[in-house]
Amino acid sequence: MLSIKNLHVSIHNKEILRGLNLEVKAGEVHAIMGPNGTGKSTLASVIAGRDIFEVTAGEILYKGKDLMDLSPDERACEGIFLGFQYPVEIPGVSMTNFMRTAVNEQRKYKGLDPLSGTAFLARMEEKKQLVELTSKLTNRSVNEGFSGGEKKRNEIFQMAMLEPSLAILDETDSGLDIDALRVVANGVNKLRTADNAFVVITHYQRLLDHIIPDFVHVLFEGRIVKSGDKSLAYELEEKGYEWLKESAFTSGI
Amino acid sequence: MAEGICFHIRNLNRMKNDIQTNVISLKEKMLHLHSQHLTGLNEAPFMKKIRENALESFQKNGFPHNKMEDWRSTNLSKTLAMDFKQHFEPGSEPVNIDSIFSCDVHHLDTYLITLLNGWYSNAEKPLNILPDGTIIGSFAKASVVYPEIFEKYYAKTAEDPKNGMNALNTAFAQDGVFIYVPDNVKVDKTIQIVSIINLDENILIQPRNLVVVGKNAQLQLVHCDHSVQHRASFINSVTEIFIEENAEVEYYKLQNKDNETTLITTTYFEQAAHSRLTSNVITLNGGLIRNNMRVSLNGAGADAKLLGLYLMDREQHVDNNLFIDHRSADCTSTQLYKGILDDQAEGVFNGHILVRPDAQRTQAYQNSKNILLTDKANIHTQPQLEIYADDVKCSHGATVGQLDPEAMFYMRSRGIREDTARMLMMYAFAAEVINQVKILPLRHQIDEMIYKRLKGELSTCDQCILDCNAKRDIHFEIDLKKI
Repeated sequence: MLSIKNLHVSIHNKEILRGLNLEVKAGEVHAIMGPNGTGKSTLASVIAGRDIFEVTAGEILYKGKDLMDLSPDERACEGIFLGFQYPVEIPGVSMTNFMRTAVNEQRKYKGLDPLSGTAFLARMEEKKQLVELTSKLTNRSVNEGFSGGEKKRNEIFQMAMLEPSLAILDETDSGLDIDALRVVANGVNKLRTADNAFVVITHYQRLLDHIIPDFVHVLFEGRIVKSGDKSLAYELEEKGYEWLKESAFTSGI
Repeated sequence: MAEGICFHIRNLNRMKNDIQTNVISLKEKMLHLHSQHLTGLNEAPFMKKIRENALESFQKNGFPHNKMEDWRSTNLSKTLAMDFKQHFEPGSEPVNIDSIFSCDVHHLDTYLITLLNGWYSNAEKPLNILPDGTIIGSFAKASVVYPEIFEKYYAKTAEDPKNGMNALNTAFAQDGVFIYVPDNVKVDKTIQIVSIINLDENILIQPRNLVVVGKNAQLQLVHCDHSVQHRASFINSVTEIFIEENAEVEYYKLQNKDNETTLITTTYFEQAAHSRLTSNVITLNGGLIRNNMRVSLNGAGADAKLLGLYLMDREQHVDNNLFIDHRSADCTSTQLYKGILDDQAEGVFNGHILVRPDAQRTQAYQNSKNILLTDKANIHTQPQLEIYADDVKCSHGATVGQLDPEAMFYMRSRGIREDTARMLMMYAFAAEVINQVKILPLRHQIDEMIYKRLKGELSTCDQCILDCNAKRDIHFEIDLKKI
């Protein structure tokens, strides 16, 4: 589904990603871990199409298409979803209006008729329950006045509404207490199918107790330096990242 | 009876160098017209006195010009150099207003008053007295029938030496709208004033409106401007609104004029103790617009909320000039003006708050927020706080920016196309003001108009036979990429 080869990305002439490779297939959950400032969020933003980053080399293929040819909204319509680390507040745009616009623009892209008001509201109700989001929140402006946990649950809610093929969750667990973490993880687990894939970016192993990954990758200084199964996450938790720096050093990074 | 004010610019360069000379010339023409048509008017001595004083003031001050601090960013010289006609009597042909105007605000049930070319249009019934005692009618007729009201209120706010346009209006005032709401009356429907210009000539009109809202009374007033013929017009209107003790007024001004219009409005609000005012000025189009809002908080506990929204493009110019005079203790005032400027459009916001020595515990807030869609659009925003009391809370803020790129990316990452995302953002920006329109059908209509305006469609009403049917170049589109 997603194939990243030798990806180099810079911002303000500073290279963040330096030859990253990643293969994600349908039905898989990949976790990307690593210390701060190694490029995890950059990777997420570049896949979603944030234009402040410059791709200087390499390619990202998604379902065989070169993502660089697609705008952020086209990528979303093709089925890519980014769960933001810091969801943006948009005063004056109601959650309902925002989601309805998004759902219908995606339907239009696919040549479908817009959802009727009733069908849309029914879908909202159903998906809200998934992440235990109250109506109070959906009646407000997008993310405005939401607590940290509410913002993150709102990201999962949007994901549920848009039913992407590939969801990238950028530190969705950061700032969550254990109950909120459970709600978010449950939401993701319920949405897992054989046809979609998840890339879960996280700093801590604790999220991976709830969302069991098929693969764990360690991102360090712009490259994936180690990949393994979920046991790698426990190893990292135990040993920290220091030993990786040494192995990265010895492997010539 | 029509008289031309002809003024030709033979030397454009000279005009640029010496605006003053031209203005003086036009001033002399106005003075001449006045002596021909208005000095001999048969009117009450006190009315005559007011007119004379105003004329004297205009003679002394003349037209505003760029060297005046308050007019630094709005240049009238182009308008003053044009050739306009003035009419000193209403048109003699009976006019069926329904045939030229129908308001398209759905479900908006109002007492509708129309001014045609500055004159009260219903000649057969110049005064309408409602069962609750409210009087709605012609300014000219009311000044004769209710001299005691006029003597008490008319031109009492006009001592505004900086405002030559106001003096000019008072010197030339003949007709307009008169509204009187007795004490303790809540007017059961919104009163709507529609000022229509329908003449196939360039015209200068100076409507004069007087509104008195008695103690504990309530009034919702909607004031709209329309043009039928697309000729240049110069409108200099003055409205005085007196809000007596504990009375409440909602005032809405809707401006959607063509690019040939110069519209100068001056609105005075005189507020007694514990009175409440919400004013909302919405400007969607217009050539050159200047709105002077003068609020005087005369009694303790009075509250004024002044909101504004302007969406301008091409070479349109809008200038909102506010003066809030805190004369009494425990009063509150809030100003929130927001604008979106495209192309080379220019906005001016001047908010002057004066807190006099006795006005302790004043709370006065001001906020001007603007979005510029191009490098060439610009906004001059200037707060002015003048505080002579020591126990006050005042604040002002001004922001000028583009649409938030983070929010744009967030929306696009959900599949919302760039132009739709821009629309949503601009709409959201405007919503803060629109949502405070309390008359629901009006809010929906304004909502619709703004939506169309932002999409680049004409925002005049759908089915009305005004601007929409006019066969002319409609260059209202905003490039969607820029929205």
